[in-house]
Amino acid sequence: MNAQASANDFILQVEHLSMKFGGLVAIGDLSFQARRGEITALIGPNGAGKTTVFNCITGFYKPSEGMLTLNRRDGSTYLLERLPNHEIPARAKVARTFQNIRLFSGMTLLENLLVAQHNKLMKASGYTFLGLFGFPSYRQASAESIDLARHWLEKADLVDRADDPAGDLPYGAQRRLEIARAMCTGPELLCLDEPAAGLNPKESAALNDLLMDIKNNTGTSILLIEHDMSVVMQISDHVVVLEYGRKISDGNPQSVRTDPRVIAAYLGVDDEEVETVLTEVGDEDVIEQLDTGPDSAHGPGNSASMMAGPVSDSVEHADEGERVTVSKGASKAAQVDARAASIASKPQSAAKPAAKSSAAKAAPKKPAAKASAAKTGSASKGKETAAKPTAGKPGGRK
Amino acid sequence: MAVTVSSERDTVATPIQRAFREALYAGAISLGLFVLFIGLRTDQNISNELILVQRWGLLAIVVIAVTLGRFAYVAYAIPAMERSKAEKATAPAVVAEPGFLKRNFNRIGLVVLLLYPIAMVLLFGFQGSLKWVDNFGIQILIYVMLAWGLNIVIGLAGLLDLGYVAFYAVGAYAYALLGTHFGLSFWILLPAAGCMAAFWGVMLGFPVLRLRGDYLAIVTLAFGEIIRLVLINWREVTNGSAGISGIPKVSFFGLMSFNVSDPNYIAKVLHIAQSGAYYKIFLYYLALALCLLTAFVTIRLRRLPVGRAWEALREDEIACRSLGINTTTTKLTAFATGAMFGGFAGSFFAARQGFVSPESFVFLESAIILAIVVLGGMGSLGGIAVAALVMIGGTEILRELDFLKAVFGPDFTPELYRMLLFGMAMVIVMLWKPRGFVGSREPTAFLKERRAVSASFTKEGHG
Repeated sequence: MNAQASANDFILQVEHLSMKFGGLVAIGDLSFQARRGEITALIGPNGAGKTTVFNCITGFYKPSEGMLTLNRRDGSTYLLERLPNHEIPARAKVARTFQNIRLFSGMTLLENLLVAQHNKLMKASGYTFLGLFGFPSYRQASAESIDLARHWLEKADLVDRADDPAGDLPYGAQRRLEIARAMCTGPELLCLDEPAAGLNPKESAALNDLLMDIKNNTGTSILLIEHDMSVVMQISDHVVVLEYGRKISDGNPQSVRTDPRVIAAYLGVDDEEVETVLTEVGDEDVIEQLDTGPDSAHGPGNSASMMAGPVSDSVEHADEGERVTVSKGASKAAQVDARAASIASKPQSAAKPAAKSSAAKAAPKKPAAKASAAKTGSASKGKETAAKPTAGKPGGRK
Repeated sequence: MAVTVSSERDTVATPIQRAFREALYAGAISLGLFVLFIGLRTDQNISNELILVQRWGLLAIVVIAVTLGRFAYVAYAIPAMERSKAEKATAPAVVAEPGFLKRNFNRIGLVVLLLYPIAMVLLFGFQGSLKWVDNFGIQILIYVMLAWGLNIVIGLAGLLDLGYVAFYAVGAYAYALLGTHFGLSFWILLPAAGCMAAFWGVMLGFPVLRLRGDYLAIVTLAFGEIIRLVLINWREVTNGSAGISGIPKVSFFGLMSFNVSDPNYIAKVLHIAQSGAYYKIFLYYLALALCLLTAFVTIRLRRLPVGRAWEALREDEIACRSLGINTTTTKLTAFATGAMFGGFAGSFFAARQGFVSPESFVFLESAIILAIVVLGGMGSLGGIAVAALVMIGGTEILRELDFLKAVFGPDFTPELYRMLLFGMAMVIVMLWKPRGFVGSREPTAFLKERRAVSASFTKEGHG
């Protein structure tokens, strides 16, 4: 990958990003780039680590390993993993929205957008002292900030409700307001965490328009987590697919859509293989390993929100040695890989075709699960050895 | 009691029947409760023996009062309330134009406050007005100032501070020590005390920034106690529990003094009769000016980015960080600003009393200030001022209720029931207005029209 040569084309470069919570590897050696002026979508099944990637990019988590480089339009470069949380939006110009909407519900829409312009206004108000005495420079800046807020309210189609409390808005409008608020910070990279979640088709279409408008008219690049495939396929220029914290595919929407690993992992598997996969997912090994879960003392607590845990702790305590990855049997993309590899190169595995055949499907689930465990290779047995390269392979190939 | 039970039994029993039944229950319960509290009383006779005084008459009066009260409430008050509620529901939803008093609340309030000492002097004469200007006027204004200062920390930034009295103490002692040792004037010491308190606000702010909610409350509470204990035990500087006396009086901008012995004593300069009331009236207007300064700064700050950031912090801290707001400095400025006003109030308090001791800065003071803020409605200046009037003025007015002695006998001292009535009043207000007198929030900016934000949307903040 010629990252150095075309550094300025990429607004964001994620290199070898890893995030561990205690022994749980939420993201393992993830690398991808987001091009300037494009919409990059980050997709993957639930628990794939998409939001964790976002939290690393926006500074809510400090990654265990890896480098996050942000190239601003003026040529300055920021290493996001080294910036304090609040400086990432302020200096590196990365704005974000949240999966569970986080508006200032007791403040009006206009005030929400004014808070977003805090740093600019703070300077204009002479760090409060000039503003306290009503200096004209602050008044002008204040009027400009209201104009900008009005601009984004119009874009989000919310200008009629500008003086209503944000908590009073319907869900879809709250989503749009959160995007408008993020845009008021003047970002170069806008990170949207599931913007279409819970929207009806009409609202979803309005959201698409808003995002296309942002992309075409402001030059802001967008990084987007989304489950709604219609949104992803319609508006994104580039798609990165995660599964169990690892990248399994990377490319334009067309190529991702046809990638068998993605189909297996995310869009579903072929009909005739559904049962096999189901048994594999229900595999006792998988359940057992999943049950251990993240270390609740270090990782995100089970009671608090995902942000509440003392994240810095987990970074320090993450042991190099012990590494509890989710069972290789659980990764459907890995299964596809393993299957492809075995069909191509392993004639000796005579047991496998039998397990895969329709006869085996009718058979009780237990043997099928056992067989599939065997099929996914030595992976589940030898913890680190075989599966790691398999999972890492798709990333390397692209 | 069975008010909430509105099932089949109600359809059978008429309101009067039900009221009768409930009144009997209430009477029985009150009899059981009060038979030992009111019916019997221990006392000493002439030969110092412990005797039981029986007060069956009083007990009967109380029980009958409870019974009748319950009967009237269930039979007449509840149906009347339900009727008016139903009427309101059926009536078209017309937004009532706020009355003249409500619209011009601030202006009227200000005029009343400005004319108050003059009215008192006219009504009671110079000597008679002393009590009304000092105990009521100045005292309430000090609490208004303190509560408005705390409002910045709790009402705007949403940081629960239970040790606010510490900053009050810092301001008072800064004024007392610098005033007695260096003879500096009030007009220099007022900003100095404010800065000192703000400094301590930052000092407290730093370690507690990581804490939220209950933990923050506990640590600030401890901070308040630490300051008080230091004041008690650092005898060389603070003179311990004996306190500091002889704090210089405020002068009229150096032009006139309020010390009788001074050559430029106000009565000598203006050729009027001697009276202590001049000083009190002057202090009253000084306190009023300081209050107005606090209000002005608070109102201005709310419309500045820092004030909006405080409120945003109260609403959602994580969202604030995602917007590039430095939550650390934002919290510190809230602490410092609130503490500064506490310091102003403290130095004014020291100047007014002429004496400070750690006794004045106990936790109860913090609790009262907090109660005023909560009762008034967090974030609203008008509501808090009214709450201060009710809380402080209310407890003071109980001293004046001599006519109650006629009802309860000459032994009755209303002051002793102050706290009881105080607590009851708070419970009632909180039932009637759970978010304080003024629960709604005034937006700081608007495009078309300014509409108050209902209390159901605002958050209290949790650290």
